[in-house]
Amino acid sequence: MAVAWKNKDLLDLESLSTQEIELILETTGSFKEISQRPIKKVPTLRGQTVVLFFFEPSTRTRTSFELAAKRMSADIVNIQTSSSSLTKGETLKDTARNIEAMKVNIIIMRHSSSGAPHLLARSVAPSIINAGDGSHEHPTQGLLDIFTIKEHKKKINGLNVSIIGDIAHSRVARSNIWGLVKLGANVTVCGPATLMPPEIEKLGVKVTYDINEAIEGADVINMLRIQLERQGQSLFPSIRDYSMSFGLDAEKMKNAKKDVLIMHPGPINRGVEITPEIADGPYSVILEQVTNGIAVRMAVLYLVSGVKERIG
Amino acid sequence: MDILLKGGRVVDPASGTDAAADILIKGGKIAQSGKDIKAAGAKQVDCKGKVVLPGLIDVHTHFRQPGREDEETFVTGSRAALKGGFTTVLCMANTNPVIDNKGVVEYVYAEAAKAGLINIYTAAAVTKNLEGKELTEIGQIAAAGAKALSDDGKPVMNAEILRRAMEYAKMFGLPVISHCEDANLSRNGVMNEGALSTRLGLKGIPRASETVMVIRDIEIAQLTGAKLHIAHVSAKESVEALRQAKKRKVKVTCETCPHYFTLTEEAVSGYNTGAKVNPPLRTKEDVEAVKKGLSDGTIDIISTDHAPHSAEEKDVEFDFASTGMIGLEFAASLVNSELVKGGVLGWKEVAQKMSMNPAALLGLEGKGSLSEGSDADVTVFDPVSEWTVDAGRIESKSKNTPLIGKKLSGLAVITIVGGKIRYENGKFA
Repeated sequence: MAVAWKNKDLLDLESLSTQEIELILETTGSFKEISQRPIKKVPTLRGQTVVLFFFEPSTRTRTSFELAAKRMSADIVNIQTSSSSLTKGETLKDTARNIEAMKVNIIIMRHSSSGAPHLLARSVAPSIINAGDGSHEHPTQGLLDIFTIKEHKKKINGLNVSIIGDIAHSRVARSNIWGLVKLGANVTVCGPATLMPPEIEKLGVKVTYDINEAIEGADVINMLRIQLERQGQSLFPSIRDYSMSFGLDAEKMKNAKKDVLIMHPGPINRGVEITPEIADGPYSVILEQVTNGIAVRMAVLYLVSGVKERIG
Repeated sequence: MDILLKGGRVVDPASGTDAAADILIKGGKIAQSGKDIKAAGAKQVDCKGKVVLPGLIDVHTHFRQPGREDEETFVTGSRAALKGGFTTVLCMANTNPVIDNKGVVEYVYAEAAKAGLINIYTAAAVTKNLEGKELTEIGQIAAAGAKALSDDGKPVMNAEILRRAMEYAKMFGLPVISHCEDANLSRNGVMNEGALSTRLGLKGIPRASETVMVIRDIEIAQLTGAKLHIAHVSAKESVEALRQAKKRKVKVTCETCPHYFTLTEEAVSGYNTGAKVNPPLRTKEDVEAVKKGLSDGTIDIISTDHAPHSAEEKDVEFDFASTGMIGLEFAASLVNSELVKGGVLGWKEVAQKMSMNPAALLGLEGKGSLSEGSDADVTVFDPVSEWTVDAGRIESKSKNTPLIGKKLSGLAVITIVGGKIRYENGKFA
């Protein structure tokens, strides 16, 4: 691993090289052990301030980042607003400049608009970590998914990974696609045509509208959350119709490989995109994903903070 | 003072002129055009190596007055126009308040007269407050001097309302300028739909959103026999639909803007809001189709869709950024480098599309020509000199253009309005 981390920010996986992604995964391995200790704390980020800047509600991702930063002894500030502070007449950039003026080191940002973290990264000095921007990317989710797959399968290259659900609006799908394709996996995306973004095959994936085709031969099946409010936007006729065509259940799983991994970025709509018996079943690594999320985020915080000292 | 423009390449398609000649301007009119004109006492201007065009006319301008004088005013907009070689503009109606009644039309003309630098005409809305529901008082508006009707910025989604507007407008000879966009197909869209919108995770606007409305409006023009003009054509299929309509002799004209033949969607990569515009920048294929449409005569007019926006409206999340870019100061240069030097159009066609056809569309008597007796609106263009777009030297009050730092070829050196030199070699008079 000759490559060194040079990026101020982590905005997306599209712009990372294969070596940079491998570096994060390798670093994650070293950090995973810390969370198993009775005293889950290292001094790596002592004296550094991390701001969690969330413009969208989030429990899992925000908690995961917060724990990651706390286990590295950073000081944390939470800023959570229901929508853009534009409603108060202040632009995103102005808000970020104010935070910058308070001399923080890292801003972790979740925003409903694609590209919002890119705007900040251009505008302010602190490192920006994208915790999900619109329908664009969710790089740490992509990384934790890939890390979890690699833990089980010992490799990524050559694996068949199927991502099933609302691909069009999914930042999880895009980050998974970029990361997996760069590492040599064969990625298939599957969902209703109305939730398939145009020309997605140009990202190097195979497209199918038949879930059975996506299941058969897959080493990994990553089920995406369907946002129930999309029902009113004529993107699919009904939850029932969606669930019957694209929901993962025991019947459809009959054609799956015996060692398939079932993943889901959460939160799960039980009985919609995945039935409880599959979500909680033997193939499921859904909770492992959550555990690994902290390690991945510690690794990312470590790398962008530019801390060169060894892990304690 | 009389002005004698000596030895330029005079291009006047209205009189079939394209030759080295002199032009004598007297009392606000073109007095004489021909070889070796002598005029004692006239200010002589050497135009050798320059192209002398009938003053450029932009049929699609947003000067933001009334309502957003922080972004543009008749004065700042006029200066931008003069620098770009434009002597006449048509303002769109989507101001605040909307130009949708006689009173606002009169206000616009009164304020424009105070600026007094170029010829400013206004369009008025097709429907009250651009809501697409109720017709404006078209008769009153026409009497107040509006030159066209347009809900530009928004489509008239109800075909019945558009039909009635066109029938009514026909009585007054007013063209209806249609912003073709199916609001359902484009809902929440912020860029062209395709591989790039998928990569960026931005909601796309399909080309069909424009084309279905172009086709609808062509049919309504056929039905009503009224004058229809399609604004800012961006999509390949729209160009083709217009080509077919013209073959069928439907009374329709159309325009495109420099950004649709010079830029593609790639300009928005990296979430560059400077390149966010509506209709959105499309693909290389569309750029080629627009050029083809220009060269074969399908596209009649080159307009700017000059759309000033404050930095605050652009320096935000891509989804929230305003759409549009300024264009008056760059249009002629882009036409020169991309179309003339690129072999798409000759100067005769440029004069047609940027002066003669616009004058005909708006029914501007005495404009769009350099023939004797015409209004002395003249643009002297240097097709050779190169310059770099510098935000600090933009005349428009707003600086929203993706061209900052880009090198352009050719520039207007003299702009004459009503027989007065208003702009000469970088200086305003």
